[in-house]
Amino acid sequence: MEQEVKTYANKKLALQGVGGPEHSELADIFNRDEDRVNWHDQTLWWVRQKRDKMAHSLPEWEELRNAASAIKHNALGNLHEYLLQFEANAKANGVTVHWAANAEEHNQIVHSLLKQHQITRMVKSKSMLTEECGLNEYLHEQGIDVIDSDLGERIVQLAKEPPSHIVMPCIHKKKEEIGELFHEYLGTPLDVSDPQVLAEAARQHLREIFITREATLTGVNFAIAETGEFVVCTNEGNADMGAHLADLHIACMGIEKIIPKKEHLGVFLRLLARSATGQPITTYSSHFKSPRPGQQMHLILVDNGRTVQLGREDFRNSLKCIRCGACMNTCPVYRRSGGHSYHNAVAGPIGSILAPNLDMEKYKDLPFASTLCGSCSNVCPVKIDIHDQLYKWRQVLVKKGLAPKAKTISMKLMSATLSSPAIYRMAGKMGRLTLKYAPFAVNNGFNPWYKQRDLPAPPKESFGEWYKKNRK
Amino acid sequence: MRVGLFIPCYVDQFYPHVGIATLQLLEKQGVEVVYPQNQTCCGQPMANSGFQELSKGCSNLFIKNFNEFDYIVSPSGSCVLYLKEHLSEDHHAPDYLGNRVYELTSFLTDVLKVENLNASFPHKVGMHQSCHGQRGLHLSSMSELVAPGFSKPGSLLNMVKDIEMIELNRIDECCGFGGTFCVTEEAVSVKMGKDRVADHLLHGAEYITGADMSCLMHMEGILKRQGSKTKVIHIAEILNGSPLTP
Repeated sequence: MEQEVKTYANKKLALQGVGGPEHSELADIFNRDEDRVNWHDQTLWWVRQKRDKMAHSLPEWEELRNAASAIKHNALGNLHEYLLQFEANAKANGVTVHWAANAEEHNQIVHSLLKQHQITRMVKSKSMLTEECGLNEYLHEQGIDVIDSDLGERIVQLAKEPPSHIVMPCIHKKKEEIGELFHEYLGTPLDVSDPQVLAEAARQHLREIFITREATLTGVNFAIAETGEFVVCTNEGNADMGAHLADLHIACMGIEKIIPKKEHLGVFLRLLARSATGQPITTYSSHFKSPRPGQQMHLILVDNGRTVQLGREDFRNSLKCIRCGACMNTCPVYRRSGGHSYHNAVAGPIGSILAPNLDMEKYKDLPFASTLCGSCSNVCPVKIDIHDQLYKWRQVLVKKGLAPKAKTISMKLMSATLSSPAIYRMAGKMGRLTLKYAPFAVNNGFNPWYKQRDLPAPPKESFGEWYKKNRK
Repeated sequence: MRVGLFIPCYVDQFYPHVGIATLQLLEKQGVEVVYPQNQTCCGQPMANSGFQELSKGCSNLFIKNFNEFDYIVSPSGSCVLYLKEHLSEDHHAPDYLGNRVYELTSFLTDVLKVENLNASFPHKVGMHQSCHGQRGLHLSSMSELVAPGFSKPGSLLNMVKDIEMIELNRIDECCGFGGTFCVTEEAVSVKMGKDRVADHLLHGAEYITGADMSCLMHMEGILKRQGSKTKVIHIAEILNGSPLTP
């Protein structure tokens, strides 16, 4: 097991390193198996269709989105007040509140709590924040054994891979592959891929984990400033299983998870699961307010770059995100490149506008992994202008000098050509001549257009030339 | 009413017949159309690649060429969206200029309020919804939103005699062109294009039409490579009555 976790950690670090393969290269590898791309695309498109069906069943859908967006706008605009209000109320409820400025502090707080209680084995329910902070790897290095209890996360943990999707972490895995993993690690019979049999095996395996772990860690979907309570949404009830059985409950949340009032919660709960998986609501929406007698409840508020993003006017709205994953399911690029091609804890369109805030150099490719089709912004339940932010990040990254040299040169050339009508007309003529008489000059393996697509047949004259002859 | 005709650079160079169809279609509506000959490009190719700074030359040319017109019409939703969103923002063009720019089909439906066309096209045709025209300019309703359905290009195609519009499984998925995306993300771009084309072929399209030649150019590249008999045709060519051979 130890070796496994270590390999997982290395693999993950390798995936995330600066200078590692960029989105286009990883997407190219993913596309070598076209059947798999088709399967991946169709699976996620099916989820998108389920989302559409649910959205269309509520005539007030667009009003809900407006309301959610407005509530988050208020929350982000008064974040400091709501956070302090939340802290005071949570403390009054008997919860210990910690503040972490960054991933390292967050990981250290979790570790110190475990150390304090002399706990070396912890069960964890789904938390993308801990993925963002690299908590599993950190704790492993400290000799702590972490088991993910969300079924999808457990599967990718066994496969020593990071999640490829924020809501469906193992959506890139076929059931046969999961059968093989379970055969190897959980002892299911060979060649069994019946989802029901596999789920039952996972249930038995995790139940054993739940009753033997003294500490549990959960994420937080919503934290209510007014009451100091927090809400965790799961379909498997694994957060509850962990929290109810462990003496130490640690909950981790990004500071943007705050909502002002309890009455706001309904707006988000109605939107979250419908947007995420096309369910009316998650099976469990668990409210945690006070520790039960004998239990300790700790809550860690994590910044990790969020206040920096809050200060970026063009990008602050990205903090409205409730992590439903709808933008991934609808994204035609995500569906055909897979979550791992984004080499970041959060993949897809939302990941592409969040990641550059954490490290522009490392994630400079992500805002370009989009056609700017705009479907992401249309499905977003909190109305983040995702595709506009992708465009804006491109401008920021180029200004920072992070564009590839060849691209900068070709853009300068293009700009010079298009800024002068005379040069443009001349270049056009040359281009058409090249297309007509020397197609080999462009139709070769070095031209990525021509690899799998033909070029337009060159016309004998441009529209401008035709117009000169035929009008006026 | 004087209309300035803006022909996108790649249409000017590779698809002049689309420009001609657009001009003739507008002239048939009794509009005075002028094509300012020193125009080049809207500037989007640089800007979408992150080099908005380098699109200033294009914007200045656009302002110089089109400032005098009551309306500016272009057979491309993408270029029009770019001009509307960025012209005044970055290049100190007068606000009214962006408001005067129209994509061809919306100009026909919203300004000229065209109610019938003398056109016939006895073929099975698939409509490609180009993202910038659809989601940016709202030329038609979008599958993601809970809102009443409508389509400006669709309402115009309904006026064409004998045309048979086909249904698609995915009514408004992107074709994967995306400007420089088509070369920098070659694998995904091609796969998106192949999938989009396959949907049209599955439903028996003889032609794929749309209001943006860039998407059609992308799909044409894939159709040709596959040796398909299905062709792409800009909506202006269908609405103009008789497709012109390039």
